[in-house]
Formats: sequence, C-alpha cells, structure tokens
Amino acid sequence: MDLWFSEFHTPHVKLAIKVDKQLYSGKSDFQQIDVFESPEFGRFLTLDGYMMLTQKDEFIYHEMLVHVPMCVHPDVRKVLVIGAGDGGVVRELTRYETIEHIDVVEIDEEVVKVAKEYLPFTACGFDDPRVQCHFEDGLKYVRHHENEYDLILVDSTDPFGPGEGLFTKEFYGNCYTALKEDGIMVNQNESPFYANDARAMQRAHKRIHTNFPICRVYQAHIPTYPSGHWLFGFASKKYHPVRDMHAADWKELGIDTKYYNTNLHRGAFALPNYVQKLLEAMEELPNNDTTNTLGGEKA
Amino acid sequence: MEKDFLKRQSRAPIAEALEDYTSERVVPFDVPGHKHGRGNPELTAFLGERTMTLDVNSMKPLDNLCHPVSVIKEAEELAAEAFGAKAAFFMVGGTTSSVQAMVFTVAARGDKIIVPRNVHRSVIYAMVLCGAIPVYVDPGAHEQLGIALGMQLSDVEKAILENPDAKAVFVNNPTYYGICSDVRGIVKLAHSHGMQVIVDEAHGTHLSFSDNLPVSAMEAGADMAAVSMHKSGGSLTQSAFLLVGGEESGENKAPAISPAYVRQIINLTQTTSGSYLFLSSLDLSRKRLALHGKELFDKVIEMAEYAREEINSIGGYYAIGSELIDGKAISDFDKTKLVIHTLPVGLAGIEVYDLLRDEYDIQMEFGDFGNCLAYLSVGDRVREIERLVGALSEIRRHFGKAPLVSLPNSYIAPSVVLSPQEAFYADTEHVEFNSSVGRISAESIMCYPPGIPVLAPGEKITEEVLEYLRFAQEKGCQITGAEDSSLRTIRVVK
Repeated sequence: MDLWFSEFHTPHVKLAIKVDKQLYSGKSDFQQIDVFESPEFGRFLTLDGYMMLTQKDEFIYHEMLVHVPMCVHPDVRKVLVIGAGDGGVVRELTRYETIEHIDVVEIDEEVVKVAKEYLPFTACGFDDPRVQCHFEDGLKYVRHHENEYDLILVDSTDPFGPGEGLFTKEFYGNCYTALKEDGIMVNQNESPFYANDARAMQRAHKRIHTNFPICRVYQAHIPTYPSGHWLFGFASKKYHPVRDMHAADWKELGIDTKYYNTNLHRGAFALPNYVQKLLEAMEELPNNDTTNTLGGEKA
Repeated sequence: MEKDFLKRQSRAPIAEALEDYTSERVVPFDVPGHKHGRGNPELTAFLGERTMTLDVNSMKPLDNLCHPVSVIKEAEELAAEAFGAKAAFFMVGGTTSSVQAMVFTVAARGDKIIVPRNVHRSVIYAMVLCGAIPVYVDPGAHEQLGIALGMQLSDVEKAILENPDAKAVFVNNPTYYGICSDVRGIVKLAHSHGMQVIVDEAHGTHLSFSDNLPVSAMEAGADMAAVSMHKSGGSLTQSAFLLVGGEESGENKAPAISPAYVRQIINLTQTTSGSYLFLSSLDLSRKRLALHGKELFDKVIEMAEYAREEINSIGGYYAIGSELIDGKAISDFDKTKLVIHTLPVGLAGIEVYDLLRDEYDIQMEFGDFGNCLAYLSVGDRVREIERLVGALSEIRRHFGKAPLVSLPNSYIAPSVVLSPQEAFYADTEHVEFNSSVGRISAESIMCYPPGIPVLAPGEKITEEVLEYLRFAQEKGCQITGAEDSSLRTIRVVK
C-alpha cells in the first residue's frame, strides 16, 4: 500500500511522509484532528491537515520553547501555557522542581483527549499534579489575569484557524498585563523562509515589539515544519535573553536534554542577515542592539 | 404544515435555474459581453470563473425582474412566505431602492408622510424625487448616550391629529443602535386614522426569524417594509427585499397596498438588467434564514449578550442592552446590536473606532461621539468577539483618560415651509449665517451627537436654530452636511 500524508508548505512545495496507518481521525468543534503512524517520524499529529508534531522531532520544538526562558528567569514559580494540547511543553516544564503551578489553556479539549490516547510521549506531562487544564479561548483567559505569571509560553498553531487570536496585538498586550514585573513570554514565531510564513513572522514580531521593552527572536531547526527553519519570540519586561542567562545554575540542575544546551542558547539568538533585516523592518527604530550577534556576552 | 413549509423553503428557484443554465453550456449571443468571463481574463481571475459564469442577463429560463412570471416569481413568493408578507420584491439597488419604492407607493406630490426626525437620508431624497412633504416627529435622545431614540406613540398620535390629511407614517425598526418604537401601537393608531405604515427595516432583517427579538414590521401589520437582506441576512451587498403586508382588521381604515402597483413603482427606477448574482444571493439567503434563521440568530443574540457581559466587566465601557427599555421612546431593543458607550473611558466613540482599526486590525461598523457599534450577524464567531473584547481592554489600559461627559442635545421642532423637492430645485444664494433668520434653508445640517438634523431643505431658519448650532459647535459637536462647515455662511432659498 502506498499511503502518504502530504502538506503544502507553499502552493508550489509540499512535504510528504509515508504513512503506515491512520490511528485517529475526528472533527472537533474547532478543527480536524488526525494521528498517523509513519516509518520515518513515528507517530505524528496534524490539525486541519497541518503538521503539529512528530515523535521524532518534537523534542527540538518543545525543548527550545521551554528551556531558553527557564535558563534566563532566575525564579519561575507560576507558568501559563497557551495552546499545547499535546502536552509536550508541559512535559518539559515539569522537569523543573521549582515550578509550583502550571496553567494550561487549550481551546480544544479534544486535542488533549486524543493526545492522551495516542501521543503518550508528550501527553505524559498532563499527569503532573502541578498542572491544571482550562479548556477555553486563550485570549479570553489572559484578559482576566493580571500580574500573576513569571512565564507565559504561547504554543499556538498557525495564525489562521483557531490559533488566529494568539497572534494579535491585543493578545500580546493582555499577556504583558498577566505577567509579573520581571515576567517573560516566549511564543512560536513562525518561519522566515517562505514568503507567507515570513509575513506572519514579521507581523507577530511587530505586535510583540510594541508591547514589550525587550523583544528578541531565536531559531531552531525543525525538519517537519515548512523550510525546517523555525523561529521563537522572546519577549520580556526585564531580563535579556543572553546577557541575563544563568548558564552555570542551569547546568547544575542536571536536566538531560537532547537539543538544548547553554552554548546553543547563545547561538540561537544569532540570526542570518536576511532574518535580521526582516525583523528590523518591523522595529520602529534602527536596531543598535547587538543581542543577535555572538559578541560581548557574559558566559 | 411545518413540514410543508420547510420543504417549500428548501428550494431556491433562481439559484436552481442558474445551476441548470450553467450545466446546459448555452452559447451566449446576448449580454453581458464578457461572455462567461472569456472576454475579460483579468476580471475573471480576480472574481473567479464561477462568478463570471453566473453573471448573466434575463432570458427565458431565468425569468425577468421587471415582469416576473416563472423562477423570480416563485422566489418572490417564497420570500414573502418566509417573512410573513403578502408579497415580496427582489431589489438590486440597495435598501435605498426599497425605501424609495415605499415612499413613491404611498405618497404623490404634495402628500404628507409622518416621519421621525432621525430618518435616513434616503427617505428625504425619495421625497425630493416625488414631491412628498415630511411631517416630523421628535424621536427624543438619550442624555447619557447621546443617541436618537424612537417615536413615542403619544407624539405620533399628536402628529396624526394635527395632520389628518397625511397619507402614511414612517417608522425605523430598529434604528442603527437597535432602538425600536412601538410598531404595533403605531400601526393600529395609523390604520385607525386611514394612514398606511411604511417601515425602514434596514437594520432588522433578522427580526422575522426569532421569537427573542422585537416584533417585525410584517408581524406588526405594517403595510410595507424595506429589508436590508445584505446587512444581517447574509446576501450580497446592494441586494434587498421590499415587503408588502397589511393588517386584517375591521379597525384598519387605510387603503390596502396593491402589489401590482408596487411593481409599477419599482420599474420606474429599477434597472432592467438586474444582476443575477444579487438575485441568487437573495434567493439562497432567504432559504438559509427560513430553514435555520432561528438557531442562527439565537446564536447571534447569545454572542452579543456574552460580548456585553465581558465588555461591561472591563470597566468604564458600557455596552447597552435591554435594560434601556422604558416603554416610551425605547419600546424595545434589538439584542443583536452591540453598541458600546465609550465616554467613561475618556475616549470618544470615533476614537475607539479608529484605534480598533489602526492598532488592532478590527473594523467596526460605526463610531459617533459617545459610542461605537459592532455589527453582529450570521457570519460572526466567538473567537472574533474575544479579539474585540481583548482589544477594548487594551485600549482602555493604553489610551484611557478621565471620563468625558456627553454633549448637549436638544430637539428643535422644524418649521417646514417648502417641500424637499421645491427647496432642492429652488434658486438659492449664500448669506451670512448670523443674518439668515427668517430665510428658508436649502441645506441639510446635521449635528452629531445625537445625529438628528437641525435643518433640512425647505425649513425656516429661526433664532433658536442658530443659537443651538452655535452652542453645539462651541461644545465640540460634529456639524455635518453644511457646505460651509465653519458655519460662517449658509445657502438659502432666494
């Protein structure tokens, strides 16, 4: 049998993955949810036909979303996770004993149910007693919270469909309000490579930039996402993502990671010139900050 | 009966005829000249091949809008049934064309129509065309919100008794802001005096499809209604219905409207090349509302109520609701309307309107001095409501200031000397604003808030009018319609 999952990355490019079988297919109130089993990537989850995670490369995304801010903020106790119905982000967070409480806000309860049944390798995070799930609109949830969180992680789908509200200026502004005075927000920031993704990336950066005093972007290599080159946004009220990192303290925690390390943390903020240009075009003032270069940072 | 109704209403004769037509691959040696889009590739790429294929003209299987005998006739009968009307007409010139047809039907040159002063300009323009004369009723204004309200029954009665020769009473149901007059009461009153009732239901398409909303014109026994299907009903912009109704009661002394006469009236001004895109959009939208209108609009109401609750909990903003109903100038409130009073946040409605668009990519329907208005309809989803609420709370945080107070609004009873038509075509001249007392205005001057005209063409300029305009201008009201917006000069009838 020649069964393939394919996804258009642009109207002229598509990624295809050989599928052994489809494990789940269902339609929730919000989206089409599918889980497949594949020889190359193991199990993978798609929403409305878009790749969300594969068993083989999910560690890259989840580690980079979580450990970068955790290495910067010295005392994270209360975390808000928006989206992330697969549980991968929560799994990484629960590795920190100092975290006291994790609120997960996922609009689609079905995604969590499906993950618990078919994606135990990420959904295991939900078993931790510190985790509390809220099944509602993320934009609504943050609006009702003020000065409460040390860290907000936005693990959204793409800026169309149910995740659209999580790419808006009002959402980022409400996140700013929900954070404590030294809080950090990290978001999945799309890709700089293909034109449509790059525009979404620029819009998100612009909107975050107008809301937060510190707003930097870092990158990771995720094979199953369009172009494989993926960006994350680091927005913060106080801490600089590189100058304020606590590399030695983090190493002492002894968290065993597959992708993340503190050298890579520094390097991830060093962006290709074309990406820097795309970002700078969105920042009102010329970018004199040297954050996105390797020079002059403390170890 | 219910089952038969659903079976009938699940048809869409015009859309079905178009489907048949396209599948027959007819060779077009008729207009339009783009011939299914082939003659205009750029436009076809822009609008889509399907759209161009459906853009056809009257022909035997597709009927003729000027004299419907087959599929348009059937579609109009279905629309009439869906809206509880005696007859329905498909209109392709916007609801303005429906309003014009209503005015032309009930009044000839020199005939009077009793209208609320906050009537839409299309009604006055229709009077310019046919020579009817308006008799105005003060709709009252809400002091805090600064919006015009509805006609009170007692004021309508006074106007009727003072003008027993008037032909009809004109009612907004509801206003832009969702305010309803007592349409049932007005219909009974007018009919008992032999006057017809025509209703601007541009903002009330949905009223016919839910038990949880104010009464519709047809249900109230009104003689005609102009319904903007494209506003809350989901059809294409510029498409509308004109409905003919009436009250079956011994008390009704008003002449019944003849649909055949209405057809003649419509044909005076309507295009003979009515767009089948508009007609099919009306047909399919009517089908959708007839089959699913109740659940659709109940959902819209639910969303609006939710939005009100959330917006009112932000603090400062006041999203108005049914609590305003006072049984007088606010006889009922259309709960699908989301009107947000912004002055307590220190921002004018129009400022919030601009901020939402410029900073948050949210386009509101309308903003005036004290309020902005979100138009909710069959196409809305809760997630967009969340964006609106989120953005409003951000606007308050970033831009909020000390509360603003409402601007003054008082009603000045107009003195109509010439009909709008006579004033429109009269020889005019510009005179100093301050020395214009006693002259007849050739201009229409409106003051926001509350959006009620202070002067209309044909009305006498009084000392009171000048004083009010000076005062309103000084207080920062927006004066619109005047040729010289500084109000140094004014155009008057020679």
